[in-house]
Amino acid sequence: MDNIPIKKSYEEINARIQKGEAVVVTAEEMVGIVKSEGAKSAFKKVDVVTTGTFGAMCSSGAFINFGHTTPRMKATKVWLNDVEAYGGLAAVDCYLGATQVQEDDPLNRVHPGKFLYGGGHVIEDLIAGKPVRLKAKAYGTDCYPLRDFEKTITIRDLRNAFLYNPRNCYQNYNCAVNCTKKTIYTYMGILRPHMANATYSSAGQLSPLLKDPYYWTIGTGTKIFLAGAPGVVTWQGTQHAPDCLRGENGVPKEGAGTIAVTGDMKQMNARFIRGASITGYGCSLFVGIGIPIPILNEELAYFTGISDEELFCQVIDYGNDYPLGQAKSLAEVSYAQLKTGRIEINGKSIPAAPLSSYPMARTIAQQLKDWVQHQKFTLGIPQAPIPTVTCSINIEQI
Amino acid sequence: MAEKTIVSTNVLLIFNQRIMYKPIIYRLAGDFNIIFNVLEAKILPKQEGRIILELRGAEENLARCVDYLKKEQVQVEVLADKMHRDEERCIHCGACTAVCRTDALAIDRATMEVVFNPEKCVACGLCIVACPVKAMSGIAIDKDIDN
Repeated sequence: MDNIPIKKSYEEINARIQKGEAVVVTAEEMVGIVKSEGAKSAFKKVDVVTTGTFGAMCSSGAFINFGHTTPRMKATKVWLNDVEAYGGLAAVDCYLGATQVQEDDPLNRVHPGKFLYGGGHVIEDLIAGKPVRLKAKAYGTDCYPLRDFEKTITIRDLRNAFLYNPRNCYQNYNCAVNCTKKTIYTYMGILRPHMANATYSSAGQLSPLLKDPYYWTIGTGTKIFLAGAPGVVTWQGTQHAPDCLRGENGVPKEGAGTIAVTGDMKQMNARFIRGASITGYGCSLFVGIGIPIPILNEELAYFTGISDEELFCQVIDYGNDYPLGQAKSLAEVSYAQLKTGRIEINGKSIPAAPLSSYPMARTIAQQLKDWVQHQKFTLGIPQAPIPTVTCSINIEQI
Repeated sequence: MAEKTIVSTNVLLIFNQRIMYKPIIYRLAGDFNIIFNVLEAKILPKQEGRIILELRGAEENLARCVDYLKKEQVQVEVLADKMHRDEERCIHCGACTAVCRTDALAIDRATMEVVFNPEKCVACGLCIVACPVKAMSGIAIDKDIDN
């Protein structure tokens, strides 16, 4: 990121945004522009490309400070609507994880379990402004004597509520099938036996990290759309893996980069966040994320213009290989093929269903475009890069 | 004789334990001139029987046959009315389309939105199981997945 050629600076683009003169297009629109005019011309024309994704992102959660009680308390165990939040932090701080299930949930005792309510649902309810039952327990100290606390609260009563998601926005993901003889219930949905169906979970040509494949413009300090509010990238995400299988166009063809993100829940919109119950698997959270990509050079115009036809993922067996930790690619398919609703594997045509919402991804990219166009959102300049690999693309040869 | 309108509808019939071993359905053909087609059936011995039938026949015969079934204490649920999508909850992710057998839930490829066509639904209930945001509800052939 330090050594990429910058032909149009962040400052220049931000100045244009502030004057309402910036040319902002969605990643879908950029695909059309690059296709018809080429990357060099698109670079001259476009300042910012907006992306979007709306999928289940299990590594999500919220830091909550519920405000000091009277008398004071150092809460060690905390529950919100009977979903436990980790209390091993200072007095009235806790961390509520999206996949934590409600107390007394039967889990998978009767398989497949329903996982009706969990941390993701609490986060959705809080953002929607609904009342939530808060319970806390403590062992009591001289300075924090209170041992039990219970109160019905809404997000307005909380001193702080930040979404802090350690791994979001996966740059590409597997396409899942099931090669066993039995139906399986996975985080990739319900997979019928003998490879009778396939599922996938990426917005493809709208997906943020697929459009900046070497993370040149995405690092600590990049401002993003997070669940309807401005948020930021804080760090690389857990399991960030830039050193992955890449295509000739430089774009990962399997799960690769990830980012950690944060934002203020009090400003978020419940339309762009949704608690999830994934049958047989557990609770999760659908998170809406959009990232504006500044077109600093011709390469970024090229990358943001890459279409579903040129974006690929690997087909993985979630019946045997994946659970055993021995995932191997059964086939490679493009997002264009996946979006027709059928893919071909070893000569067999099978139906393919998405799990992340493309219509919502489109709405997010559009909303972010409106913000940037109407001077409500400027670009954050990344202060610390996230790990990457050397770019193999030479724009002069494209 | 005036031409009668032929209609077709998918129904879920629930037989409680008192009537589940009584022959009832055979009379639909003989007494009401209804063509019935078994789409799915689940029998829980000594508890309950559930069967999904496509009924085809003259409109008035269909109404009379439903009255007859109800008189025999069969619970009759017209499927087109029974499966419901909460439009506020649905996020159009597409997870339901992975399991829908009849394409009652299918993706419009232009918009990538999930379109719900209740007329095609046979109330297998798999969409209720597959939907991660609990947007689908209704009466299904499997007692366990009603919600």
